Amino acid sequence: MEWLEYDFMKNAFLAVLLITPLFGLLSTMVVSNRMAFFSDSLGHGAFTGLAIGAVVGIISPMESLILFSVVFALLITWIKNKSSASTDTIIGVFSSTGIALGLMMMSYGGGFNKFSNYLIGDVLSITTQELASLLLVLVLVFIIWGLMFNKLLVLSINQSFARSRGIDVMLTEGIFAAMVAVVVAISIQWVGLLIINSLLVLPAAAARNVSNSVKQYHAVSIGSAMISGISGLILAYHFNMAAGATIVVISALIFFITLLLKPRFVR
Amino acid sequence: MLKRLFRHSKGEGNDCSKLCCTKIENFTVKVGKLTIFEDVNLHVHCGQLTAVIGPNGAGKSTLLRAILGEISHTGTLKYADAKGKHTGKPIIGYVPQYLKFDVSAPITVLDLFSACRSHRPIWLMPSNIRDEVEESLKRVKAANLIDRRLGALSGGELQRVLLALALNPMPDILLLDEPVSGVDQNGLEIFYNILEDLQNNEDMAIILISHDLNMVARHADQVVLMNKGVVCSGTPEEVFHDSRTRRIFGMLTEGGANHGGTGFVWVEHKKKKHQQGCGCPDCAEAEGDEE
Ligand SMILES: [Zn+2]
Ligand SMILES: [Zn+2]
Ligand SMILES: [Zn+2]
Repeated sequence: MEWLEYDFMKNAFLAVLLITPLFGLLSTMVVSNRMAFFSDSLGHGAFTGLAIGAVVGIISPMESLILFSVVFALLITWIKNKSSASTDTIIGVFSSTGIALGLMMMSYGGGFNKFSNYLIGDVLSITTQELASLLLVLVLVFIIWGLMFNKLLVLSINQSFARSRGIDVMLTEGIFAAMVAVVVAISIQWVGLLIINSLLVLPAAAARNVSNSVKQYHAVSIGSAMISGISGLILAYHFNMAAGATIVVISALIFFITLLLKPRFVR
Repeated sequence: MLKRLFRHSKGEGNDCSKLCCTKIENFTVKVGKLTIFEDVNLHVHCGQLTAVIGPNGAGKSTLLRAILGEISHTGTLKYADAKGKHTGKPIIGYVPQYLKFDVSAPITVLDLFSACRSHRPIWLMPSNIRDEVEESLKRVKAANLIDRRLGALSGGELQRVLLALALNPMPDILLLDEPVSGVDQNGLEIFYNILEDLQNNEDMAIILISHDLNMVARHADQVVLMNKGVVCSGTPEEVFHDSRTRRIFGMLTEGGANHGGTGFVWVEHKKKKHQQGCGCPDCAEAEGDEE
C-alpha cells in the first residue's frame, strides 16, 4: 500500500470512497426512470453555470454551478410535466443551449483555458475541506433517499399508477432531479464533465442485469461503483493515467460481464 | 341459483338507508369541445357487481377515472354507508386496465407492496409487512407470487396482484378496468371467482368494465351499456335483450353456436332450457343448482 503514503493519494482514495456510493445510489433511479439523457444534460448545463460564476464574480464558480444546476434541473422537470412535447426534445433543447451558452461566455476574451480542468476532472487535487463537504452531501443524500425512495420507486414503475396511489409526481421528480443536479455539480471538478454521466448510468445498468429485487439492485449498483472506483484509482496511479477515465473503463467492463451473466441471474 | 337470487334482492332493494349506497349523478366529461360522455347516472349498492359494457371509445375507462377524481368532470358522487363510517368520502380501490412498465425492472411483488404501503425504505431494510402482504395475496390466489419479479408475471397474475393492492386498504367502492386481452380463460375464471368472494364477504360495491359479455352475463347483478352516455341499464337479461344492445354488439350475435365470446350465446341458451350434455360452464352451474 505504498501509494497511500502520499497525502494526495490518501485524499483521492477517501474521495472515491465517498463519491462512488453516491453515484451507485443515484444511478439506480437515473436508470429506472430512464433519465440518462437528463443527467447528461446536467453536465452540459454546468458549462453555463461555471461561466456565469466567472463572469458575474459575486459568487464563486462553484456556488454558481450548484445554483444554476438546480434551477436548470427543476426547469426541465417543470416543463416536462407541463408540456406535451417529447421529453427527449425538451431536454435536448436545454442541453444544447446550456453548452453553447457556456462555451460562448467562457471563450469571451480568450479565457477558456482556466475551465479546461472541469472537462477531464482531477480527483488527485481534492482538499481535506472538500472531502468534508462531500461527506456532508453523502449523508444528506442517504437521508433523503431513506425518506423518499419508496415514492420514487412507485413513480419509476408508472406515472399514472403513482398518481393513483396519491404520490405528487412533480414534487417527487423535482426533489430527485435537484439531488442529482447537486451531486453532479460538486463532483464535476474531480470526475470531469466528459465522463460524469457514465458514472451515473453504468453501475445501475450493470446491476439491472443480475438483480431480481430492489435490494439486490442497490447492493450490486453501489458495490460495482465502489469496486470500479477503488481499482480504477489504483490502476491509474500505477500506470499514470487519468483516474476518472480508468474508473469508467472498469465500470464498462463490469457492465459487459454482467450482460453475459444475465441469463444465469434474472428469473 | 339461490345465491344469485338472494344477491339480486339484496342489491335491487330500494331501501338505500340499510345498505351502503353510491349514487353517481349527471357525470359529464368534456375535453376541450369534445364530449367524452354526458349525463351518466349510476346507482350502486354494496354486494352488487355492476358491469359497464360498450364499444371502444364509449368513455368507459374515462368514467372510472372521473369517479376516481383523476379527471375533471361535472356531476356529483354521493356515497352513504349504513353505519355512516365513510359517508361522503368513500375509500375507492382501482385496478387499471394496463400497467405499462419496464418488464426488466428488478422489482418484486413484495417490493411493489412495500413501496406502496410502507414508509420504510425498501432498498435498505427488510420489509416489515411481509405477513400482511402474504395475507393480501392469498385472497387473490397469488401468495406464491410474493417474491416474483413484476416483469415475470403473466397478464392474469399481474391483474390479481394489482387487485390485491387495490384491496389494501379495503375499499367501499372497487373500480376494475379489465384488460381487453392478455388474460387467459383460466385467469379470467379465477378473477371472477375472487370478485364473487368479495361480493359475498365484503361490504363493497364493485364497478367493472368488461369486454367478456359471457362473464358479465354470468356474474353481474346490474349491466350498464355505455356509448358516450348510458344507453340502457338493468339486469343482464334486460340489457342483453334490449334492441339497442343488439345493435351495438350486432356483429357479435352472429354464429350463436359458439359458446365462447358473447353473452348472447348464454341468453339464447337459457331459453332452450339447456340442452343435455353440451358441457358449457352455464350448464354445469345450472345443473349443480338443480340438485
Ligand atoms: Zn341506494
Ligand atoms: Zn338481477
Ligand atoms: Zn351449454
